[in-house]
This record gives sequence, C-alpha cells and structure tokens, in this order.
Amino acid sequence: MRVPLWKIAHARSGDKADRADIGLFAYDAQTYAVLRREVTRERLAAHFAGLHTGAVELWPLDNLLALKIVLNGALQGGAARSLRMDNLGKNVAARLLRMEIDAPGDLPRLKLR
Amino acid sequence: MKTIRVGAGLGFYGDAWQPIRASIERGGVQYIASDHLSELTLAILQKDRQRDKPGDPPSGYTRDAVPMLLELWPLAAKHGVKFVLNAGGLNPQAAREALARAFRARGWTAKVATVTGDSVLERLDELRAAGEALTHMDTGADLASVRDRLLFANAYLGAQPIAEALARGAEIVLTGRVADAALTLGPLAHEFGWRWDDWDRLAAGLTLGHLLECSGQGSGGNFGSAGEWAAIPDYAHLGYPIAEVSADGSALLTKAPGTGGRVSFDTLRQQLLYEVHDPHAYVSPDVVLDMGSLKFDDLGGDRVRVTGARGAARPASLKIVAGYQDGWMGTGIIGFAWPEAYAKCAKSADIIRTLVRERGWAVEDTHVEYIGYDSLLGAHADPAVRDQLNECFLRMTIRTQDRKVADAFGRLFPWLGLSGPPYVGTMQAVQPARELLGIWPALVRRELVEGKVNVEIEST
Repeated sequence: MRVPLWKIAHARSGDKADRADIGLFAYDAQTYAVLRREVTRERLAAHFAGLHTGAVELWPLDNLLALKIVLNGALQGGAARSLRMDNLGKNVAARLLRMEIDAPGDLPRLKLR
Repeated sequence: MKTIRVGAGLGFYGDAWQPIRASIERGGVQYIASDHLSELTLAILQKDRQRDKPGDPPSGYTRDAVPMLLELWPLAAKHGVKFVLNAGGLNPQAAREALARAFRARGWTAKVATVTGDSVLERLDELRAAGEALTHMDTGADLASVRDRLLFANAYLGAQPIAEALARGAEIVLTGRVADAALTLGPLAHEFGWRWDDWDRLAAGLTLGHLLECSGQGSGGNFGSAGEWAAIPDYAHLGYPIAEVSADGSALLTKAPGTGGRVSFDTLRQQLLYEVHDPHAYVSPDVVLDMGSLKFDDLGGDRVRVTGARGAARPASLKIVAGYQDGWMGTGIIGFAWPEAYAKCAKSADIIRTLVRERGWAVEDTHVEYIGYDSLLGAHADPAVRDQLNECFLRMTIRTQDRKVADAFGRLFPWLGLSGPPYVGTMQAVQPARELLGIWPALVRRELVEGKVNVEIEST
C-alpha cells in the first residue's frame, strides 16, 4: 500500500551553507528496513525536484534506524541570502514527510492508528 | 568513579538562559557550555562594531552574555559552576571588559579567560602569500570575487585553548569562533586529561558537545514529527540537556529533575544528525567522528546512555567561514480574507510585478509565496486547499544590488489597501531593506592560525 512517511517516521532538517540537511528516523526496526529499500536517492531527487540544484546524498545508519539526507544547492545560496520565508530549510523535513512510499500494511505504527 | 556534568547553555544569540538555572540548581552540573554564534552571527557583530562611536565601550560580542551572567553567576559561583561561552564573537576582550565592569559594580570577582586568534580578516593577504588560496570549498571560486565585500573571516578553533584556559584556573571562558562542540569537549579534555591524539575519547566529547550545542533541541524541543510533538511534556519549562560523562567518554544524557521536555532515543537521535552532513566523517578541529558505531540505550525517565564513539585523526586544515555583502532584499506583505483570499494575493503579486517593471528597477530575483498556504512547504503544499482558504497573506521578496530599490519595494504595498482587491489586512509596518550575506567557506593549514591563538586570564 502507499504510505506517507509522516505515518511511520519522524524527521528534522536544518541548513549547512547552501545545503538542506535532513535526518529521517524510523520508529522501529521493521520500518527502518522499509525506508532503506524505498527511500532512494532517485526517489528523493524526484520528490524534491525544483528545490535543489546539486546532488542528493544519502547515508543509512543502522545503529540509529535513520537515514541522513543532504540536498545540495537547496537554499538559494544559503540562509542569509535566501529570499524564502523558510530560509533555514527547517521545513524541508516536513516536506519529506509528505513523500509516499510502498510499505506493508502491518508496520507497527500503522497498526497503532 | 569521577564523572563530570556539562549542561547546555544557549543555542543561538537571543536564546533563553532561564532554563540554565534548573541545570545549576538541580542538575548537578559543573560546566555550562553556551553557544551564541550561528554561521553568520559574526556579520551582525561586525555591523555593531562599525557603529561604535569614539569613547563608547567597544562592541563586537553578543550582548546577551553580560545580562545572562549577571543573572546566573551568583548561583553558579555558589555551586562551583564554570561557564564556557563563544559570546566573545569578534571581540572577546571587549566582552571581558564589559563583564568586568558589571561584576566590579557589584563587588563580584571571577577569573575570566579570553581565547583569541580566530579572526583572519586582517590576515588574508598574509595567508594567501603563505600559499593558502582560500578558494570557496564547495564551488572552487576565487576569493578575489568577494574580497572587497567581506564583513568577517574567522577560523573555527578547537577545544585545546579552552582546556588550557581551564587548566590555568579560569572560571569563565569567553571565546571567539570555536567549533560549537568544543565548548563541551574543552572542559571534558581538561577534567579527564584526555590526550589530543586519543581519537575515540575526543570523538566521544565531540558527540556530547554536538548533543548539547542546540539547547532545547537536545531535550525534546523542535521534535520534528506528526502528532508526537504534542506529547512532549511542559514546553514552557523545558529543561536543557545535561551530559554526565565518565573518563572513558561514555555518558548519560539527561536533564534537571522537574523540568519539561524529553530526553529519549528519539529526541537525541534527531539532534545527533542535525546539520552534520556526512555522518561518517563529522569533521571538527580536534577529531573526525564516525557516528556509525554510536550506541544510544534509552533507560527511560529521561536518561539515555551514549557509548561507542569512534574517532579518526584531526584534519590538517581548519575551516574558515567568511561572510560577504551580497545585495539587498526588499519585502512586501499584504493579506486578504475570504472570499477568494488566495486569488486576491495572486492578483496583488501581478499588480506589484507590473509596478516594478514600469519603474525599471534593477531586480535580480523575485520570490512569491503565500503565508497560510505554501510559504513553508513550497511545492509540497496541498493544492486542494488553495482556493478554500479562510485567509491568506502574500509575501513577496526581491533581491537587488540597489538598497534604495529594496526600500522602495516595501513601500509599494500599503497603497493596495485602498486601490487593490477587497477585505484587506495589511501588516503593521512597511518592511525596510535588509542586507543579504553570502557565505564563503574555505580551508587553511591549521598551523597558520594556531600560531596566533592566545589565551589570557584576568580577575575581574
């Protein structure tokens, strides 16, 4: 089934020069395995198309059940020259949580709801 | 077994210091590590400095340091708590003098250290002559393209001068630009006598410093989530995180009893990965941390055990961050109520575009967003709600090299109140031009900077 990430994961983002810097966290190990499979650089690039001008970087961290995601060239040159309200990219994580992936319906967080 | 407790101070210039009181009174801390400098705070301090009048006490430091210490020092002194702050900004000596004046007026004494030598703005030619090109780290661009527009240029120093200041008896250490986490690593290296090539222990200290450097974000603040944020207890009295550290670098992360917030696996891992880029090579002046072997054991009751830090040798270079003037931003904001709230904002944006075009203003970039619809979510806003909004605000910004154009842009908007679409709610004031800043990261051989680092101690 199609599942938006906000139902099964949490995320925080911030800025590093002209990069949006995101952490995506599974609430449990079963969900982490799904995130590792479904949240790929290609899908991230498609989801954020238009926001970033550079490469998408992605690191899985098994010890934290987390994915580290960096969007290069996503902040109009950097927070202090950006024209956006969200100049620091603090809401890029919320934008990520709107991404939908294929996931089994028996993930623990889905059963809670 | 000896343990040392370090408590988080501020996470930015302007953050609240009241939560630090609980960490001192009930959290058993021996040190407060307080981070007052974001990537570009030094630009604000440089402008303060340019406004100094002859005869006035010099500025160039973050002005929150003196009132913060006036409020907290009697309590801190009673509990034997020391402060390490990067509030010195561009002028740690001026910060110390201001603090000394305030302390003397109250009859208080403290040994205050300053750490200087991070500023390289006056040394750029010397560094270039020594073979450092100082090209942009990400783009490779030549420094010459921004050289005459630079406002500041500072190297990130490490924890060694902080440890030295503490070893020499400092009770308050005021630094300029240091790596944020060095504010915590310095006290730990000093207390435990960690060697500066003991990479795993230094990596542990760096980890803990990073967990503490954003104040409430290490204890449940800004917990990025749908729904779960609402379960964080008592935001109004959120306690800042505290690390109780052992000599081997392992630690218990917690907060003062009776405070709000939450220290858990979830809140801590969000802070661990915050703004770190490559988690397997988190570079600091003192050590390179690999977060891949860290272990967080959530013991419940706002206690998380942190172990397993692995470090690699420190880099041969230090990072410089410089800031340069990069034009001006003009901003206009105007709001409308139902009916057709969004459509009236969009129409207003069209009208303003026409006015700008007819005036022939030199505008490099225009950005249009709708507060209440897409100003934070951008292209990920849900278009299904767009035409049903109860109310909506247009926020329109331009980038221009001409300050007068940026100022005039904001003044276009109030006119819409009588001559534009109906049911209008303007903002209270016209937004003045704001200077935009570009950021210039570069690398420099560390010995060229470290040779100039100076630690001074004086009693107030």
